[in-house]
Amino acid sequence: MELITPGFGLVFWTAITFLFLLLILRKFAWKPILGAVEDREEGIKSALASAENARKEMENLKADNERILNEARAEREAMLKEAREIKAKMIADAKGEAQTQAAKMIEQAQTAIESEKKAAMAELRNQVASLSVDIAEKVVREELSNKDKQLKLVESMLSEATLN
Amino acid sequence: MTLNTLRTVLFLVFSTVITTVGFASEDNKDQEKEGFNAKEMIMHHVKDAHEFHVFDWNEKPVTIALPIILYTDNGLTVFMSSEFHHDDSGHHIVKKDGQKFVKFHEKIYQLNADANEVAFDDEHHPTNASMPLDFSITRNVFMMWVSVLVLLSIFILSARRYKKTEDNVPTGIAGFIEPLIVFVRDDIAKPMIGDHKYKKYMPFLLTIFFFIWVNNIFGLIPILNGANVSGNIAFTLTLAVFTFIVVNVSGNKNYWKHIFWMPGVPIPMKIFLMPIEIVGMFVKPISLMIRLFANITAGHIIILALMSLIFIFETIAVAPVSVAFSLFIGLIEIVVTAIQAYIFTVLSALYIGMATEEAHH
Repeated sequence: MELITPGFGLVFWTAITFLFLLLILRKFAWKPILGAVEDREEGIKSALASAENARKEMENLKADNERILNEARAEREAMLKEAREIKAKMIADAKGEAQTQAAKMIEQAQTAIESEKKAAMAELRNQVASLSVDIAEKVVREELSNKDKQLKLVESMLSEATLN
Repeated sequence: MTLNTLRTVLFLVFSTVITTVGFASEDNKDQEKEGFNAKEMIMHHVKDAHEFHVFDWNEKPVTIALPIILYTDNGLTVFMSSEFHHDDSGHHIVKKDGQKFVKFHEKIYQLNADANEVAFDDEHHPTNASMPLDFSITRNVFMMWVSVLVLLSIFILSARRYKKTEDNVPTGIAGFIEPLIVFVRDDIAKPMIGDHKYKKYMPFLLTIFFFIWVNNIFGLIPILNGANVSGNIAFTLTLAVFTFIVVNVSGNKNYWKHIFWMPGVPIPMKIFLMPIEIVGMFVKPISLMIRLFANITAGHIIILALMSLIFIFETIAVAPVSVAFSLFIGLIEIVVTAIQAYIFTVLSALYIGMATEEAHH
């Protein structure tokens, strides 16, 4: 029975000792230790979070790079296409221009030839006329040694001229 | 450790305790007539004492004298336990300030003014003496203070370790202590009380856990002569009272409602449950008190009983068996020291958790 009867003195000293231990350890042990543990855990947590952020950022950067690369590629493609088109257009344009130019030149040449031809014909006619007149003069001078003959000739010539 | 394995371990420990104690006590009865009294020896070790008996040398006890502090009608009286000259039969009278004291079965009696010798009735109770309030620094108080010194040095040293390093890395003793503290936090406080409220109770739980554990371990060290601090009902009672106070002071509206007016049941049931819940309030700390006391005391009794077999049979041939068995029990006891400290702390945390739980109906 004595074994299970709490002694007053021991209760008293246990209470005082426990309270003393609790207060001292709380101030000098539990607070600093738990604080340090928590600080470290927070540190690890934030380090992990920042690592995760860095990873995400890297991924974003990668994606960005990929996008930029793709854009550049597409742009190059477009530029090349455009250049090709311009080239083709230029060639086609030049061809057309040359054709029109040639046609124009041919036309001009033709006009020039025509006018030259006309001028030559007129010249020729003039030459022929003056030659004929010269010949005629000579002939006429022979013939017109008498008056009658002269008149006759004039007569015939006039008729001839009208016919012409 | 899961709860199931824990239960198995506890069952094993308990069953060993019960069978061995039964076996040992039968032996004691048979041997009482002879010179060696196992029961007396065991009880002497298990109970508290006013002096620290280290060993006997040439039939004379070698002891460390401890101060005896008494509060009598005349105020405080202080003297050393050595003044009793190791007498525990009540015959040696110590006179202080006109008061006469005797020590009988580790209790201090103050003789009545006219008595010159202590007289006993048939049941060996002194008839002409009264018991003053005894605040003596007994063996248990002394060992408790030693344990406090050990605890303070271990934990203050490990707390200092953190200050030495800049990045809070536990080095030296802190590397050993920190997992234990984190264990109390993550496996006791957090699951039992909840992530939001556990912080307030950490100092209490940590102190109670290590205080019990270290005193349990001290009880197993043979040279300290069975300083059975954590197996003393006064010690467990005090700690259980602290748990009771913490639980009921932190009890919220929901907790008191569950005690006095159980929600969600019909009114006759509410009235029926109220006394049960009120009894439950007290049974919880009482179970804590008895569990720790019984487990630790039983462990001490088994080991001492096994050792007593050598002296009971008066032959050295029993010694190997005794030593083997007490080694076995001793190893179990080492586990029990931690388990009992753990259980006391877990249940305290559980009761706090129940008292601070928010209503969720």
